[in-house]
Amino acid sequence: MSQLIIASEQTDRRLLRLAPDDNVGVVAATIEAGQTLLLAGRPLRFLDRVPLGQKVALVPIAAGEKVRKYGAPIGSAKEPIQPGQHVHTHNLQSDYLPTYTREVPSSQ
Amino acid sequence: MLMPTTPIPGFLRSDGRKGIRNLVAVAYLVECAHHVAREIAWPLRDRGVHLIGFPGCYPNAYAERILQRVCTHPNVGAALLVSLGCESFDRQELLRTILTSGRPASSLVIQETGGTAAAVREGRQWLEQALHQIESCPRAAMGVEELVVGTICGGSDATSGLTANPSAGRANDLLVQSGATAIFENTGELIGCEQFVAARAATAALGREIIACVEKAARYYVTLGHASFAPGNAEGGLTTIEEKSLGAYCKTGKSTIAGLIKPGDIPPRGGLYLLDVVPDGPVRFGFPNIADVAEIVELIACGCHATLFTTGRGSVSGSAIAPVIKICANPETYRRMSADMDVNAGRILEGHATLDEVGREIFELVLAVAAGRPTASESLGHQEFLLTYKSFQPIGPDCLPGGEHSP
Repeated sequence: MSQLIIASEQTDRRLLRLAPDDNVGVVAATIEAGQTLLLAGRPLRFLDRVPLGQKVALVPIAAGEKVRKYGAPIGSAKEPIQPGQHVHTHNLQSDYLPTYTREVPSSQ
Repeated sequence: MLMPTTPIPGFLRSDGRKGIRNLVAVAYLVECAHHVAREIAWPLRDRGVHLIGFPGCYPNAYAERILQRVCTHPNVGAALLVSLGCESFDRQELLRTILTSGRPASSLVIQETGGTAAAVREGRQWLEQALHQIESCPRAAMGVEELVVGTICGGSDATSGLTANPSAGRANDLLVQSGATAIFENTGELIGCEQFVAARAATAALGREIIACVEKAARYYVTLGHASFAPGNAEGGLTTIEEKSLGAYCKTGKSTIAGLIKPGDIPPRGGLYLLDVVPDGPVRFGFPNIADVAEIVELIACGCHATLFTTGRGSVSGSAIAPVIKICANPETYRRMSADMDVNAGRILEGHATLDEVGREIFELVLAVAAGRPTASESLGHQEFLLTYKSFQPIGPDCLPGGEHSP
């Protein structure tokens, strides 16, 4: 019985959910768009390329909803995010301080 | 279960503190004296002569205190101060502090010596004599519990919080369990996890101090309009300051936080300490630490014998005075820059090691480095040093539960 449960909850070792209630996972290798990885026995199809160490949505996330990693909020979704989408500066923002990137002039 | 370790052959200073290196510091006291100081030190850089200094001509109590602490650091056996002559820096007080600690010290005033060439000649003569003098520094067995080890992260990416930082956290747990002192810093990178940090404080009052100091950091960075977050962090997959903070927070391990200190405060006993690096009062001199190296200097001023430096993007920085142990988080970065790295924590991500194994490796490497093994950055000749303007108030009574720090 327990073996069955383990088998049905299998997760690809390239996909890490750092805490049980996280709505994003991180990848231990770069995953290309279109690849499908198992998450707790269920297939997660990647809609975007996600580079090594970066975040992928595991469940649907509503605009304004907290994004959780390490079991803690790391900011809020700027727009609705689908499972399998790359989560980064284009769809996630800090609840504390804006993130400065080379593309955005600091004088904005 | 901790294995018994072989004693570290420390350098016993007259003030009773023990070092893991036996160096001579050459300190310029204003940028105008930098060239002369560098010319004095450069030919002897492979013989343990390290160049440090402060560029400003305006007075700053913080910078004077940091240079006093660094020049009397247990890794330092002697110090030469290089002054132009007309700057504000109180060279007499610095010289007095070093001499009082029992170390050979001298100050060289370029305007009195007769200019560049004469000062360089006189400085090199003094150095030769100082190097000879410190050779006879007595050795004394040093236990792990006498070590003070700092941890910083720099050039972080999305792998930092998965591999290198939690491994460093495990190494810090082993150090604290052995009775050593571990110091972590950058309150600007605790924004978003201040509640987790505060919950680990030795007392509720210390927890409140920690929250207040992270709130101070947040206010400071809001005024500056820029978090402690570089474009390279975002290119490496970190999205927000709170995500970077949570990843950085992992490097603190699980120990109880014994105290909150400020730059130049030396922890009174073993344990895990948080170093508040954000200045007090209104925002005055710009960004708290303009680059990673400034954080390492503050850790050294708190007595750190060595610093753990975790990096994902790949920093090459080392430091003057105290060895830097580079822990690489990202396996791709490690393959590109392995000669600059001491530990490959990126292999955890590829399934070749566990966090506990790499944590143990870091702990053992700290002991080997303390016993004299050069780190990658030491072998490559890195001796970075950076000190700028800041202002601090002394820590409050709730910051060190159960004891005073050294004045």
